[in-house]
Amino acid sequence: MTAPEVTSTHDVVIVGGGGAGLRAAIAVAETDPRLSVAVVSKVYPMRSHTVSAEGGAAAAIAAEDSFDEHVYDTVSGGDWLCDQDAVELFVHEARAELLRLEHWGCPWSRTPDGHVAVRAFGGMKKMRTWFAADKTGFHLLHTLFQTSLKYRPVTRYDEWYATRLLVDDGRVCGVVAIELMTGRIEAIGAKAVVLATGGGGRVFPFTTNANICTGDGMALAYRAGAPLKDMEFVQYHPTGLPFTGILITEAARAEGGWLLNKDGYRYLQDYDLGTPTPEPVLRSMELGPRDRLSQAFVHEAAKGRTIDTPYGPVVHLDLRHLGAAKIEAKLPMVRELCLDYERIDPVRDLVPVRPVVHYMMGGVHTDVRAATPLGGLFAAGETACVSINGANRLGSNSLPEILVFGARAGAAAAAYAMEAAPAGAGVAAQAADETRRLEELLDRAGGESIAAIRTAMQHTMEGAAGIYRDGDTLAKAVDTLRELQERATAAGVGDRSRTFNTQLVAALELAAMLDIAESIVHSALRREESRGAHQRTDFPARDDVRFLAHSMAYREADGGCRIEYQPVTVTRWPPGERVYGR
Amino acid sequence: MTTDFWQRLHRQRVPLLWWTSRRTYLLFVVRELTSVAVVWFVVYLLLLVRSVGAGPGDYERFLDWSAQPWMVVLNALALALAIVHTITWFMVTPQAMVLKVRGRRVPGVALAGALYVAWFAVSAVILLLVLA
Amino acid sequence: MKEITLRVFRYRPEAEAEPTFQEYAVPLRDDWAVLDALNYVKEEIDPTLSYRWSCRMGICGSCGMTVNGDPKLSCGTFLVDHAPGPITVEPLRNFPVIRDLVIEMTDFMQKLGAVQPWIIRDESDDDPDTELLQTPSEMDDYKRYSMCINCMLCYSACPVYGLDSKFIGPAAIALAQRYNLDSRDEGQEERLDVLSEDEGVWGCTFVGECTRACPKGVDPAGAIQRAKLIAANEAVKAFLLPRWVR
Ligand SMILES: Cc1cc2nc3c(=O)[nH]c(=O)nc-3n(C[C@H](O)[C@H](O)[C@H](O)COP(=O)(O)OP(=O)(O)OC[C@H]3O[C@@H](n4cnc5c(N)ncnc54)[C@H](O)[C@@H]3O)c2cc1C
Ligand code: SF4
Ligand code: FES
Repeated sequence: MTAPEVTSTHDVVIVGGGGAGLRAAIAVAETDPRLSVAVVSKVYPMRSHTVSAEGGAAAAIAAEDSFDEHVYDTVSGGDWLCDQDAVELFVHEARAELLRLEHWGCPWSRTPDGHVAVRAFGGMKKMRTWFAADKTGFHLLHTLFQTSLKYRPVTRYDEWYATRLLVDDGRVCGVVAIELMTGRIEAIGAKAVVLATGGGGRVFPFTTNANICTGDGMALAYRAGAPLKDMEFVQYHPTGLPFTGILITEAARAEGGWLLNKDGYRYLQDYDLGTPTPEPVLRSMELGPRDRLSQAFVHEAAKGRTIDTPYGPVVHLDLRHLGAAKIEAKLPMVRELCLDYERIDPVRDLVPVRPVVHYMMGGVHTDVRAATPLGGLFAAGETACVSINGANRLGSNSLPEILVFGARAGAAAAAYAMEAAPAGAGVAAQAADETRRLEELLDRAGGESIAAIRTAMQHTMEGAAGIYRDGDTLAKAVDTLRELQERATAAGVGDRSRTFNTQLVAALELAAMLDIAESIVHSALRREESRGAHQRTDFPARDDVRFLAHSMAYREADGGCRIEYQPVTVTRWPPGERVYGR
Repeated sequence: MTTDFWQRLHRQRVPLLWWTSRRTYLLFVVRELTSVAVVWFVVYLLLLVRSVGAGPGDYERFLDWSAQPWMVVLNALALALAIVHTITWFMVTPQAMVLKVRGRRVPGVALAGALYVAWFAVSAVILLLVLA
Repeated sequence: MKEITLRVFRYRPEAEAEPTFQEYAVPLRDDWAVLDALNYVKEEIDPTLSYRWSCRMGICGSCGMTVNGDPKLSCGTFLVDHAPGPITVEPLRNFPVIRDLVIEMTDFMQKLGAVQPWIIRDESDDDPDTELLQTPSEMDDYKRYSMCINCMLCYSACPVYGLDSKFIGPAAIALAQRYNLDSRDEGQEERLDVLSEDEGVWGCTFVGECTRACPKGVDPAGAIQRAKLIAANEAVKAFLLPRWVR
C-alpha cells in the first residue's frame, strides 16, 4: 500500500453517488464551474440504492393542490415531529426540482395532452405523486447520472470506499478512502465534504434496502463528533415480499390494490383507518400512512388472522381486480418482480406481503442549508435528518427530499469552500493513522466470522427495535450490542488480498452498522412515548410535554452514546390528532 | 503499483471457434456467408451485361457456358442461399425500421409482410417478362 | 435437504497466474437464485469469494455473470432452473477480470460519456416553471431504450465486442438513441460524430445476440440498426445536398 499522503484535493468532496450525491455535485458545478468537485462512491453511481425506488416523487403541481396541503399531510404523517420551517421550504422547492429533472430528460409518465401525470400515495390528501411508471428511482438516478457526465469539473472516484473523515481543529477537510480495485488507500483533501451515503436498513435482517445500505455516512459523522438525530424512527413498509424483502410499491395500493387477511377480509377497517370502498379513497384504508398499516399487521398476526409461511406470517395484496391492462401500464415492475422473484402473476394471483424495514427517518443532524454542526461537513438524502420526515415519512417524499436537499448541500458546500482556508497539518497524521488501522485490520487473523456477528446484530435489532418496542428488551439490546462491538473488534477479515476485497468492505460496513444500531436502541430506550414509527408497549401514548423534541445521539469518547433533546420547530400547524379515513 | 495492477488483470480471449459455441452465433455466421451468393449474382449479372454488349456471338457463348451442369448447380445453390439471405434480412428489418402511421407504430409482422408482398410482386413481373 | 454443486471461476491475481474452478455444494432451495447461493458460500464456506451485488431485485445492474455459458443477472437466475447441476458460474465474457467474478468495466463508462447521454437543446426559450410537453406516444418512441440498467450482459454476448473492444457496443448506442429519439432533444447531429465512426454503429454486423441477452427488453440490436439508417441518411444527404438545404 502506498504512503498516506493527501494525494489529491478538491474544493468539495461528496461521499455518495446516489440521487442526493449527484444532485449535490451538479449544484456545486453550477455554482461555480471553477470549483473542483469529487464524487466518491463505493459502487458505480448508477448502482446506488436510489435506483430501486419505485412509486414516485411528491410535489404539488395539480391545479386543485396547494403547498399548504402538502405541508399538512407531511407534518401529520410525521406525527408532528417534523420541523415545519424545513417542510415548508421543502414543499416549495420540490416542484422546481422535479421540473428541472423533467428538463434534464426524466421520462415522467404523462397525461394524454403531454403534461406530467400524478398519482395518489399513502397519507396524501391530494394526487401529487409524479411517477415514471413504477421505476421512478431508476429513471431519476440514471437521468441524474447521465446529466452529471456533461459537467467537466466533476471527478469521480467510482468503487472507492470512504473509511474516515479527516477533521482538523473542529473542521472537516477531507476523507480517507480505499480504491477497491487496487486496495490503494488514499487521503482525499477537501475544503468541504458532503455526506450523501443513503440509509442503513441492513442493520435489520429483513429489509427492502440493498446490500450497500449500511449507514456508513451516519457512522462517519457520528465518529467525527456530529450528532445523529431521531435515530429511533425506523420505517416499516407494509408490503414486502417474504424471503427476499423486495418491495411492492405503495403505488400498487394507490392504483386500487387491497390488503386482505386470511379470510379475504380488508382488515384495515378494524384499525381506525376508514371504511372499505371499491375505489381507493385518499388518506384512508390502504392509503393510510405506513406506520399505521404496519402496526395493524402486527395486531392481525396476534389475532391469528394472517397466513403462515416458512418466512413468517403474511397477508395478501389483491391486485386482480385492476386487470392486466392497468397493471401493465402503471405497475409493470410490480408484475415483473412478482413473476421473476416470486413466480406468481398479480393479474391472477394474490401477492403475499409482510411489513419490512424500509427507511430511516433519522440521520446526521443538519439545518435547512444541509450543514451539520461540524465545520465544513454537510449531509443530504436519507443519511441526513433535516427533519422533514418526523416520526414517519410519507411515501414519495424521499425522492424530492434527496433532490431539494442535495441541491442545497451542494450550494452550501460550494459557498463554504470558496471561503475556506486549506487544511492544516494535522490531517496528514490522521491519514497515516487511518492507513495503519486499515492495514492492521486486513492482517488480523482468526476470530469470528463477520457474517455471524452481522446476523446476531440483525436479530437483536429486529427483536428490540421492531414495530413494537419496550424498555426491558431495549435495555438488553444495549448490552448485546456492546458485546457485539467487542466481538467485532476482535474478528479477522478472513481475506488478506488487496484486490477487490469485498470481505474488507463487509467488515467496515459491519462496524458502521454496529455504531448506528447502538444509536437507534439508545434513542429508542430514552423516548418513553409512542409516536409514529416508534411504538412503546410500555408507553403507548404520545407525550408532547416531554417528547415533542428531537433525540440527538452523540458518541462519547469511550464509545458510549449520550442522548440530548432539541425542540421541534412548529410554525403554523400545532400538534393535533392524526386522523385517517374519517 | 498501479501498473502491476493492470498487468494482473486476467484477459479473457475469444476462442477461434467462438461461432460454434451457440446456435444463434452459428446462424449468424451462416447468414453472413450467404452474402457470398449475392456477390456471385452481381458478378454473373455483370458478365451477362458484358456479353450482351459485345454482340450476339458472345451472348450465345455465354448462354452455352451457363447451361453447363456445374453452372446450373452453382446457380441453383446460389439462388437458394440468396433466398435464405433475403428472408433473414426481412426478418430483422422490423427491428431496424420504425414506421409510424397516424401516430401508431406499424407492427413488425405487417412490415415484414409488406416486404414479402413486394418481393413476390417484383418476382412475378420479372417472371411475366421472361415468359412473355 | 437436497444440494446442488456450484462450479465457480476463481482468479486471485496475487496468488495465481491463471484462473481455476472451485466447487461448492450449496442447498438446493426453491426460492434461491444463484446470487443467494453465492452469498451462502461467502457467509458459510469461503469468505474470500468476490463478486458484485446490491439490490437483488434486478434493477441495479451489478450482478451480471456467466451462468452455464449464458450472460445472466445472478439475482434473477434460479437454482431450480439449472437442477440437478452442476452450475458453472463465471465472470461476464469479453471483459478483463479483476478478481473471481468481478470484471473491469471502465471501458464502458468512458464510452457512455462519449455518446453524450444527456438532453442537448437550446434552452434559451424554456420556462423552468413548466414542463416541456411530451405525449405518451412521443415517450413511447424512446422509452424502451431508456430501460437500460448498464448490466453489461449485452457486451458479454457480443462477439464483435469480444474481437475488438474498440467497438462502442450495444448499450452505449441504445442510450445514444434513447436521447436521439426523445422529442425534447436536439443533439442527434452531435452524437452522430461518435456513432458514425468505424467503431461506432458500423462495427455492428447484426448478430442480434445483445437483444436476446438483455434482461430489460431494451433491444440494443434494433437501436443500432436504426442508428445505422440515420447515419446512412445523413451521409447521403451530406454527399448530395448543399449545406443550406440540409
Ligand atoms: C425499494 C425502495 C423503494 C423506494 N421507493 C421510493 C419511492 O417510491 N418514493 C420515494 O420518495 N422514496 C422511495 N424510497 C426511498 C428512497 O429511494 C431513498 O431514500 C433515496 O433514494 C436515498 O437516496 P440517497 O441519495 O440518499 O442514497 P443512495 O441512493 O442510497 O446512495 C448512497 C450512495 O452512497 C454511497 N456510499 C455509501 N457508503 C459509502 C462509503 N462508505 N464510501 C463511499 N460511498 C458510499 C453509495 O455508493 C451510493 O452511491 C424507496 C426505497 C427503497 C428501498
Ligand atoms: S442494453 Fe440490456 S443487456 Fe445491455 S446493458 Fe442495457 S440492460 Fe443490460
Ligand atoms: S443485484 Fe442488482 S441487478 Fe442483481
